[in-house]
Amino acid sequence: MSSLVAPGGAMAGTKPGWRASLGWDGTTLLVLPAVLFVLAFFVFPCIYGLVLSFMPLKGGALDNYIRFFSENRFYSTIWKTLLIALPATLANVFLALPIAFALRKSSKYQRVVTAILVVPITLGTVLVAQGLLGYLGPNGWFMRLLTTLHVIDAPFRMTHNYIGVLLSLIITGFPFSFLLTLSYVTGIDPMLAKAAATLGASPWTQFKQIYLPLLAPGLAMGFCLAFVQSFAVFPSAVLLGEPAGITRVMALAVYQLAYEDYNAPMAAAGAMVMGLVQLLVVASVLGLRGLFYRGPVGGTKG
Amino acid sequence: MATGPIDGNFDILKLDGVTRRFAGITALDGLDLTIKRGEFIALLGPSGCGKSTALNCLAGLLPLTGGGIWLDDRRIDVLRPEQRGFGMVFQSYALFPHMTVRKNIGFGLMMRKVSKAETERRVAEALRMVRLEAHADKLPGQLSGGQQQRVAIARAIVVQPPLVLMDEPLSNLDAKLRLEMRVEIRRIHKELGRSTIYVTHDQDEALSLADRIVVLHDGKVQQVGTPEDLYARPANLEVARFMGYQNSLSLSVVGAQVGGETRLTGPGIALQGVGQVTTSRAIASVRPEDLVAGAEGANAIEARVTGAEYAGREFVGTAVTQDNQPIIFRSPRRIQPDELVRLSVPTERVRVFADSVR
Amino acid sequence: MSAVTLTRGGEFRAPFWNRVWTVLLWSLVWLFILNVAAVAASVAVDSLGTRWFGTWLPEGFTTKWYFSAWDEFQLGDVLIVTAKVVASVVFVSVVLGVPAAYALARRDFAGKRTILLLLVLPVLVPTITYGVPLATLLYRVNLGGTIWGVICANLVPTVPFVVLVMTPFIEQIDQRLESAARVCGAGTWAVFRHVLVPLLAPGIMAASLLVLVRSIGMFELTFLTAGPDSQTLVVSLYAAAFSAGIRANQSLDALAVVYMVSSLFWLIIALRFVNPVQLVARVKD
Repeated sequence: MSSLVAPGGAMAGTKPGWRASLGWDGTTLLVLPAVLFVLAFFVFPCIYGLVLSFMPLKGGALDNYIRFFSENRFYSTIWKTLLIALPATLANVFLALPIAFALRKSSKYQRVVTAILVVPITLGTVLVAQGLLGYLGPNGWFMRLLTTLHVIDAPFRMTHNYIGVLLSLIITGFPFSFLLTLSYVTGIDPMLAKAAATLGASPWTQFKQIYLPLLAPGLAMGFCLAFVQSFAVFPSAVLLGEPAGITRVMALAVYQLAYEDYNAPMAAAGAMVMGLVQLLVVASVLGLRGLFYRGPVGGTKG
Repeated sequence: MATGPIDGNFDILKLDGVTRRFAGITALDGLDLTIKRGEFIALLGPSGCGKSTALNCLAGLLPLTGGGIWLDDRRIDVLRPEQRGFGMVFQSYALFPHMTVRKNIGFGLMMRKVSKAETERRVAEALRMVRLEAHADKLPGQLSGGQQQRVAIARAIVVQPPLVLMDEPLSNLDAKLRLEMRVEIRRIHKELGRSTIYVTHDQDEALSLADRIVVLHDGKVQQVGTPEDLYARPANLEVARFMGYQNSLSLSVVGAQVGGETRLTGPGIALQGVGQVTTSRAIASVRPEDLVAGAEGANAIEARVTGAEYAGREFVGTAVTQDNQPIIFRSPRRIQPDELVRLSVPTERVRVFADSVR
Repeated sequence: MSAVTLTRGGEFRAPFWNRVWTVLLWSLVWLFILNVAAVAASVAVDSLGTRWFGTWLPEGFTTKWYFSAWDEFQLGDVLIVTAKVVASVVFVSVVLGVPAAYALARRDFAGKRTILLLLVLPVLVPTITYGVPLATLLYRVNLGGTIWGVICANLVPTVPFVVLVMTPFIEQIDQRLESAARVCGAGTWAVFRHVLVPLLAPGIMAASLLVLVRSIGMFELTFLTAGPDSQTLVVSLYAAAFSAGIRANQSLDALAVVYMVSSLFWLIIALRFVNPVQLVARVKD
């Protein structure tokens, strides 16, 4: 992308001058419809939500937030959501790493496994939650198999509790982390590992000294993206969890405030707090990411 | 079983019938080669001849499908690359982008669990040898191509390997830098005295650097010899073509004479060259620079000029013989298209090979 | 020195512990895949069973639940609504996203980084955080509960997704091709028609298929903005599952199977043309 105006690239009639010096021409205008859309349907609602949160149905400007942080049924959602989202994200990222690494060479296996693992993403959280209700239920195949093999004596509870929701998040989240990590791993020049081998590094050392440091920034980014998905958990928490108890997640609380209590300003406040908590986690992970080498990983210019 | 890298030196490295066949392609076909301690060997050949494959097999990055490699009396082709302890310079350098120059160079020493003090000393020594002391704490991305290449060399030699492998290390540099680095590599080899195997497709590099050259073609060894041997006495047509004998004239054999010389004729051509053949037709290989236009002599080719290029100190002329075979020659004076020239050449500069086509 | 063996791929056989590790990993992968398949299968089997309680398989098989589900959940209408929503989302997001991706890939301009950040934000902010205020606003302007509101809401994350997916496709097209066309005398429209569209077509198709597959499963935004007659299939499924106590489980599972089949059908078509890795549209740092 050069900054000079492509020959004839500007639409007829564009005047040179201040617009050209900013790099704007007919082609740049193409970005406008999308930008306007995002401004209208995303930025504006966010700002509207923010403002609305400071205008509670009754009380002073900060009342919504005060209420949120003083009433247990609201502030408890913060740690409950984190309790589900953080372990799920960690499990997804740290399961994805070795498997994506093992499949880094382009092969038939890589393509087949990748295609199969895409299926849970497409099925979506609702179907997986609904399916797990049957499968992990006391009469479902999973429990039946375990008791038949005498691994356990009697079925234990995996639905309508924390475990079920966690599993559901792992099933829908792992393929996403896997695909993302795979794209990072395949971007690392395999020659680097070979060079390390000739210098005496065993396969494990190659992974630890070469791949891992180069993957770290990608993993951090992957963690953030996976966390964003898990943190927004909603249908599985309701269908498969204990929505009034341990799996009362923030998304659910906000939804109830808006659609059951008809308290839009308070709902907006909840939504803002949710965004803030997520931002804090993402920012701290990305901050850690800054400690690692983030330059090109495709090998030296040979 | 991991026994750690091989240390110490060796007397003989022997490649015995080394073969690599994979996915229906024979990259190496029964390679036989013996290398003595301290030698600089160049593996020379066109793309696809198997030279890089041979190097990778030596390094352990590719296993053999036949034959064996012996270091003195120790069989090494069964060892994984991290157990062999050779130094290797890759074509793309493969410097670790997240480590400084110092750490890159010290990586092999770290693998061998050398003490910190010793590592520092040896890395400093290596930096001095490749003249990069000022850049020790930079990252590879901050260095130029030539500097990166020197880091790659330093990394390979600092572990004092019995054998240094180089895979076309200069091919990514511009012409001027390539010449400079050639001098550097020769100097380092003299200083260290380590056996080196150097892969290249550039005839000039091989001639200037090697003690012995191995020419490969289609996975087989075509000729092994000193640079002078290969330059003056190529063993077959492939080697000749590769060593700059650009002219190949297909001619009739008149009769073999005593002394290994053969007389050849063609329309407007009378040549006597070195080499004995049993076929009725043969190919005469001549270098462009050995053809002299207009000189007296019994060996002569009559040709009509088709084009001339100005090359500074001389002209490079293209011509055709009376039976339309192309000839390239050089001339100090200006030549014109359609001019008739008489090119003469000394007998020992004409190499005769059998013509298998007819 | 041990005698070394070669794998079928012509490489050295890995050291012992590496092989153990590989076996472990593959068992984990297969365990995962089998379980997910089993979940889907148990839903499908249940939907075809007469009665199923306490045994490995249902007592008998029937397709009656599908017919009852069709009536109970007004599946005919729901499928039509889903088709309309998904088609509109695909169309509009391509129309908005492709030109934007083109401009971003080809030009460096003042404010480009801000615009990139702006387009990436919907991916990073929780759906509920912007979804609830968005739904409130849509209801305010009487778009809430209508199919238009649903379409608008679903477009918010898909427009950036299209931009992210298309950008590498556009970067791959050599800019000099357009210059060459102009030098040959082509005007803007001709360049677009004869050079850009044919070269971008595979990318646009890939992006469309990816958006399609993702939209079928997008739950939260539709859930917040849909009315009783503008529900998509996935929302219907949730609503049915939510009030599952009063109706037969089998018809619910029949609904779930219909949803699964629609999703997988488009996924299989998409996989023919698209690399699965693109489904996750990497956010370039």
